[in-house]
Amino acid sequence: MATDSIAVPLPRTESRSVVLDWLCTVDHKKIGIMYIVYALIFLVIMGCEAILMRIQLARPESTFLSAEAFNRLFTMHGTTGVFFVAMPILLGFGNYFVPLMIGARDMAFPRLNAFSFWMTAFGGIFLYASFFTGGSLLHGGGAPAVGWFAYAPLTSQAFSPGHGTDFWTLSLLVAGVGSIGAAVNFVATVSCMRCPGMTLGKMPLFAWMNLVTGGLILVTISPLTAAQLMLILDRFLGSHFFDPAAGGQPILWMHFFWIFGHPEVYVLIIPSFAFISEILPVFSRKAIFGYPAMVAATTGIGFVSLGVWAHHMFTVGMPSYGNAFFVLTTMVVAVPTGIKIFNWLATLWGGKIRFATPMLFCLGFLFQFLIGGLTGIMLATAPFDWHLNNSYFVVAHFHYIIVGGILFAIFAAFYYWFPKMTGRMLSEKLGKWHFWIMVIGFHLTFDFMHVPGLLGMPRRIYTYQADRGWGVWNMISSIGVIFQAAAILIFVYNMVHSYFRGALAGNDPWDAWTLEWATSSPPPEYNFSTVPAVRSRRPLWDIKHPEDPDWKYE
Amino acid sequence: MSATPVPVAVEDAESRPLSRGRVGMWCLIIAESAIFLIFIAAYIFYMGKSLDGPTPAQILTVPAVTTVCLLSSSFTMHWATSALRQGKLGLFRLFWFVTLALGAIFLIGTGREWHRFIYQENFTIHTNLFGTTFYSLVGLHASHVAVGLIALSIVMVLALFEKVKQEHSERCEILGMYWHFVDAVWVVVFTVVYGLGR
Repeated sequence: MATDSIAVPLPRTESRSVVLDWLCTVDHKKIGIMYIVYALIFLVIMGCEAILMRIQLARPESTFLSAEAFNRLFTMHGTTGVFFVAMPILLGFGNYFVPLMIGARDMAFPRLNAFSFWMTAFGGIFLYASFFTGGSLLHGGGAPAVGWFAYAPLTSQAFSPGHGTDFWTLSLLVAGVGSIGAAVNFVATVSCMRCPGMTLGKMPLFAWMNLVTGGLILVTISPLTAAQLMLILDRFLGSHFFDPAAGGQPILWMHFFWIFGHPEVYVLIIPSFAFISEILPVFSRKAIFGYPAMVAATTGIGFVSLGVWAHHMFTVGMPSYGNAFFVLTTMVVAVPTGIKIFNWLATLWGGKIRFATPMLFCLGFLFQFLIGGLTGIMLATAPFDWHLNNSYFVVAHFHYIIVGGILFAIFAAFYYWFPKMTGRMLSEKLGKWHFWIMVIGFHLTFDFMHVPGLLGMPRRIYTYQADRGWGVWNMISSIGVIFQAAAILIFVYNMVHSYFRGALAGNDPWDAWTLEWATSSPPPEYNFSTVPAVRSRRPLWDIKHPEDPDWKYE
Repeated sequence: MSATPVPVAVEDAESRPLSRGRVGMWCLIIAESAIFLIFIAAYIFYMGKSLDGPTPAQILTVPAVTTVCLLSSSFTMHWATSALRQGKLGLFRLFWFVTLALGAIFLIGTGREWHRFIYQENFTIHTNLFGTTFYSLVGLHASHVAVGLIALSIVMVLALFEKVKQEHSERCEILGMYWHFVDAVWVVVFTVVYGLGR
């Protein structure tokens, strides 16, 4: 492979500054980087929010934070994490690599792409402006305090008279428009812009999974948009959607919110599956096992996930057959997920494993996502959920998936694709420190968090009594945060240092097989000087091994 | 720029049967349908549940004229885009204008209906659950009609300045898809509100 392939930036006209270039860009690669950097900044912010909360919860009856401050913190932490960290970062990687992997010049609608990013960006900034309104910053200013799911009637004017709820509603409405725009782009790009020879059955799983995610976003974010419009009408025009005094029912909000909220977590996990499906095979030196089953399973997950939402509502008093239906659908959605896990394991089996940092994070993902999924099955059994709902067991479960699964997959993606995006390798040594300290911290915090949940500690409480027996477990969880913070700092340092001083990467540092590794690192603005044509799922394997190409076997 | 030599494509990337504009518009239609479905679900959920205030049977009269206008506008839209595809620019401008006019009649009719409700019957979004769900659902639809009319007006102005040519027919058809969607939503809303609800 050629190693002297650092792209020379095209000359810019004198009058255009760098800032203006980035502000006005419609290039999917720049937009992808902006999404990712934006999300990383909010990752650090939401981590700080978590640190504050864990300090408060480390000891019983702590007075480190006031109740109002704590309520605002968990609301902002959750809202930020879902909408301004996880979604942007996953959409950012998707934006950068989907066109490259399918041999396209850009996304289908470049201007819509830019518009979607800026809408999302503005949503986050608008949400955080709320800290600087209302009361004293020490108590969280005017930030929303209604939980990330903003249940009615807490969100009515009567119970949330300030503007925190409105910041929550409007910022997410705006960001939601951005998400839908991005989804339209992903679906249109993957559907219409694949290079010649790349049938749907030959495109990388990364492209498939972003296609499914795009479709899912279209039908997932819209219910939230609808519910938020209803909330705005209730709060400002005196409508009665969720107003019990006029016969309205707060449970309607719960249904609409979770009709959004559950598929939303699949919107977050499916792109993470995409990362693993691309990275794991390369470091096992084997093609992914069971490509058709992976496609079918992902599509199946997308569809079934639309029918499980009320497993968040087992304790609200639905009739038994209602609960039973959602128990069954939730169990069913675990089946295609399990198929994927088996396929990843089968990919590893018989492969020549290379334990580079991207692979370490993939293996961490596999182990942790599995456990998180198993606690999910536990929660899916309604009778058991009657004990566990709204407890720290649920918090431990979803953080297992989001941190242990999604965040680990994101780290894997960084270590794998940072060389392509910047032309330089991240430090393996620092990467391994990052990985192991993160593993220690993650498990300290979230393994032991299951215990207070089982012992009955509810969510969203700002403190607890000393005689409950929860103190020691909370202390252990809080100590784990120190390790996680250290790991993230190592990661940030690694990125900054390697950007300037990292080893030059070349086109294809990992000896991978998808089209993005056929371009220089970073790729030129136009991606490919000639439109590529492919004959198999691993076009670069075919080029590097012309005596044994994949298309003879597919 | 040094890069791995990938086999060169011979096929022209533009010769795809599925155009990105159409896929994009279908995606938008799917997303908007989901929003409407939630409002329709709320409407049906709250049917008959108002504690007091006017009921649908007491207040609603079937908006036959405006409905006929809106549904006819789908036909005129189709004729307009067909004419454009065949290069008959004058016919296109005529049918496009009629579509615009029919849509405007629909909106004006809705406005008059609401004026009567608010000022004569004292029936607002605040009155009861029926008011909440009626105004939000019909209003959401009307706002989509309004956005459609803005888009149609822009094309109308461009057409009057003779900027819209045969090669733009694909784009006008895609806009037509949006318009047909708005009509289809009205069929559902009309059935639920003025049919089932009464």
